[in-house]
Amino acid sequence: MNDVLDVALRLLVVFAVFLVLPLVIGQTEHKVMAHMQGRLGPMYAGGFHGWAQLVADGVKFAQKEDVVPANADRRVFQLAPAIALLPYLLVLVAIPVGPGEGAVGEVVDAGIFFVLAVMGVGVLGSLMAGWASANKFSLLGGLRTAAQLLAYELPMLLAAASVAMAAGTVSLPGIVDAFEWWWLPWQITGALVFFVAGLAELQRPPFDMPVADSEIIFGAYTEYTGLRFALFLLAEYAGIVVLCGLTTVLFLGGWHGPFGAEGLGWVWTLLKTAVLAFVVIWLRVSYPRLREDQLQKLAWTTLVPLALAQIALTGVVKVVIQ
Amino acid sequence: MAPIPGSGLAKGLAVTLRTMTRKSHTAQYPDVQPDLPPRTRGVIGLFEENCTVCMLCARECPDWCIYIDSHKETLPATAPGGRERSRNVLDRFAIDFALCMYCGICIEVCPFDALFWSPEFEYAETDIHELTHERDKLREWMWTVPEPPALDPGAEEPKELAAARKTAEKLAAAEAAQADPAAEAARATGTGDVTPSAPGTGGPGQQPPAEGGTA
Repeated sequence: MNDVLDVALRLLVVFAVFLVLPLVIGQTEHKVMAHMQGRLGPMYAGGFHGWAQLVADGVKFAQKEDVVPANADRRVFQLAPAIALLPYLLVLVAIPVGPGEGAVGEVVDAGIFFVLAVMGVGVLGSLMAGWASANKFSLLGGLRTAAQLLAYELPMLLAAASVAMAAGTVSLPGIVDAFEWWWLPWQITGALVFFVAGLAELQRPPFDMPVADSEIIFGAYTEYTGLRFALFLLAEYAGIVVLCGLTTVLFLGGWHGPFGAEGLGWVWTLLKTAVLAFVVIWLRVSYPRLREDQLQKLAWTTLVPLALAQIALTGVVKVVIQ
Repeated sequence: MAPIPGSGLAKGLAVTLRTMTRKSHTAQYPDVQPDLPPRTRGVIGLFEENCTVCMLCARECPDWCIYIDSHKETLPATAPGGRERSRNVLDRFAIDFALCMYCGICIEVCPFDALFWSPEFEYAETDIHELTHERDKLREWMWTVPEPPALDPGAEEPKELAAARKTAEKLAAAEAAQADPAAEAARATGTGDVTPSAPGTGGPGQQPPAEGGTA
């Protein structure tokens, strides 16, 4: 009975985090992006600096009619948003926030495999949406998503593998436990590759060619309205949470900090995640969209070689220090 | 010298970060009224006391958006046996702001300073027909017309003032000449230089109440 309660409580907390953090990041994006462009952003919803803007958006989305195009593959079309969203919830369960059993939804032994594999499933949602919509823009978006997934999954996995090599374990808490401060310069290339590849996999600007609203009308999401569209958006922001959390855990030492790591480790994790999320928003504001061929070129000619070089470096250092 | 690779990317990030730390440019309009420059062309106000129904504005208007109706009234003769005076009385003065293109020609052309630019701009309507504003509304806007900006230091005196001063000086001279004919007669033999000593009434009260400045 106690076990059941424990599991239920953990899942509940993870679910709450899953619902709240993406909204916080979304609101931050509204405000940060606005101020970076010399604007104020939402100011009215909720009274104080538009804090409830996303709540208002959610209410609006919920009121909209749920339209399924006549020629669409109905079941797949309706299922796609869930496929896009749920993997991130599953990943969130496995990300450790603090040291010990208490600060992780569920300890998975092969955590890094689990996390990367499940994150790959998320992209499937966009593929399904693109194919099932029976719309040429959606199809274009879906195909671009597929190409992007193929190109960027490889450097992402390689960079993660480098950390696993360094730590000698594939368990996420194990990796953070093994973390030392000098891993930071040692794994910096891997960290950059992982973060950039993750951004591309989330289709965040500047890697948003598959959604490219100004040319292929939001790609795979063209035909979606209402709550299903909101789920896709939520998936994007949940993806940011997961990506930033994973980068924190793998490369930035999770709950390790210069001081106060005991007891307040989870604050460090959240702080690092928040800083990374800010960087994600910052990149979106600063850079124009990469062209489709530039996207592929960046992955295959820059990120993959860099990731391989990082693995080589990790191997060499690992052998030398033993 | 070749730029360092990636320096452009860093520069882009720096620009957005710097912008974030600065004050944003958003005008919070309904909450904060805009700070409008002088001579803002918001709406046209009518100072109907000055209007003589000469119809110049209506005729010069390129859009034909000014409507004027009037009738003639006669005033009794001022002197017995004289002829009755007739004058125009304004019945309707309306400007259709759906047609108006805010060229300001009517204001330029008005010889009696009856039309003025007002900075007032919040007169949107939900029906296009309601954009034809009648004389009462136009007269109300007259209260929002700002004072004309002061003249530059050392500028030429305004024509109205110059003309008024000239008249006043002439009058004063004539009065002075009439007031002491005796003294003049006494001195008539010798010294001819009588200084008129104009009284220092700088601005005789002949100006329109709210002066347009542009004539």
